[in-house]
Amino acid sequence: MARLESAQVPVSAYVPSSVSVVPTTTVTSRHSALVRVTHWITALCFIASLVSGMEIVISHPRFYWGETGNVLTAPLFQIPIPASRKLVQSGYGYVLPDQNGWSRYLHFQSAWVAVLTGLLYVMFGFVTGHFRKSLLPNRADLSWRAFSTSIASHLRFERPSEAEAWSYNVLQRLSYLFVIFVLFPVVIWTGLAMSPAFVSAFPASVTLLGGQQSARTIHFFVSLALTIFLLVHVVMVYLAGFRSRMRAMITGKMITGWARTRKERI
Amino acid sequence: MTDLSRRKLIITGLAATAGVSGLGVAAHLAQKYGLVPPDHGGIYGLGETLTYASQRLLTKHSLAREFPRSKISKPPFANEIAPPSDAFKHLQAGGFADWRLSVDGLVDRPASFSLAQLKSYPSRSQITMVQCEEGWSYIAEWIGVPLSHVLDLVGIQPQARYVVYFSIEPDWWESMDMADALHPQTFLTYGMNGDELPVGHGGPLRMRVPRQLGYKNVKFLTHLTVTDSLKRFGKGLGSAAPEAGYAWYAGI
Repeated sequence: MARLESAQVPVSAYVPSSVSVVPTTTVTSRHSALVRVTHWITALCFIASLVSGMEIVISHPRFYWGETGNVLTAPLFQIPIPASRKLVQSGYGYVLPDQNGWSRYLHFQSAWVAVLTGLLYVMFGFVTGHFRKSLLPNRADLSWRAFSTSIASHLRFERPSEAEAWSYNVLQRLSYLFVIFVLFPVVIWTGLAMSPAFVSAFPASVTLLGGQQSARTIHFFVSLALTIFLLVHVVMVYLAGFRSRMRAMITGKMITGWARTRKERI
Repeated sequence: MTDLSRRKLIITGLAATAGVSGLGVAAHLAQKYGLVPPDHGGIYGLGETLTYASQRLLTKHSLAREFPRSKISKPPFANEIAPPSDAFKHLQAGGFADWRLSVDGLVDRPASFSLAQLKSYPSRSQITMVQCEEGWSYIAEWIGVPLSHVLDLVGIQPQARYVVYFSIEPDWWESMDMADALHPQTFLTYGMNGDELPVGHGGPLRMRVPRQLGYKNVKFLTHLTVTDSLKRFGKGLGSAAPEAGYAWYAGI
């Protein structure tokens, strides 16, 4: 069953033809069901965390380093936006409505779903060899030459080659690995390090970061990095062909129109 | 129907049945061991229950971090408070000599304590952090009598599951489970940084629950009730916080 799915070629492709080159379309499976489902759940959770996280930041858009920080201490920086609390001198003549109640509920609920989904995905990735096969860069790709070629083609906003519909390029692989194994773990860790109950059981989780306000500041910057990743990711999907990439991540199927000889196809 | 798809159907069916009954068993066990928060209903109930249950399992006896004296925030930061009620101003005019904390509910000996009585019990202090859900924080030394000491004096009954606590100010009340109520760092606080507890910080009497966020640390405390169910209080969500849209459990 699984083998059939991975090599689904339409019947039309097998019709003998006297012409050696036949323009035809090929349907192949691109993303497994688990990758697709976890991808969209994670996407949804990230958007929910981002919106609720921004609402929470608005109640105190000042950031500090170390253990403590409040309006009487000097901030590391303050985001120049209006605040939802009178306490904060935002420089604006008005106070935004308090949205922290539902924001905090939603933030933690989406965090739970994202963490459980992420665990499932990571287990799947190791067990099936998905990380090794699809995300770990090939040895040949890890040269400066390959890197500079890939970076240059990205900077020129070149539409990716047909071959990249079947596989990830080296920059893509490294950024996905970085998001999965660095940014997401750090954002979860720094989130937990802000919880007074969690750190009572695991104090090292916050002291290693330099304090609770440091954890909050790191959490903010890692969220920013994840947001930049999301934006770049969406732009790349658009450049590569929005419809085909979306279809591949939703239905799992990649449809491409290639002119190939029958012999090549078999 | 091929053998393969029939097998798939059976496996899927079995997995779904196991999943649903597993959830049922989990919900039953969670209820039995007090791992379900009172605000578990609604669309955020899943996340809230997971947070409360996992933190309760992980942190039942853990101690909040304590800091060296050099880490105390100077000047101490006091969040703004609403203008005090007439009842408060009346007691304040008398130097809080008539301030009382009444304790009732599922206790053997309901009682009412004056500040002088509370101060006559073994005094404890802790240098811990107050964290607001908004993001700011400060560290101070808190002086008081552990809540567990007062609960021992009144004798809590075995079916007790929560302590509900009320401010003299209207609509300001919270509750906590027995794990927090009997926790050694949960204080009826009357002093701060080696002095009396200032009014701005909740004086003359404030609940201090250092493993939860600032809003669980109710100021101007006058009344405690020990109960086995939170359903009878307010809208039955556990405290004033969920009624205003905030989570009952504030360990995160």
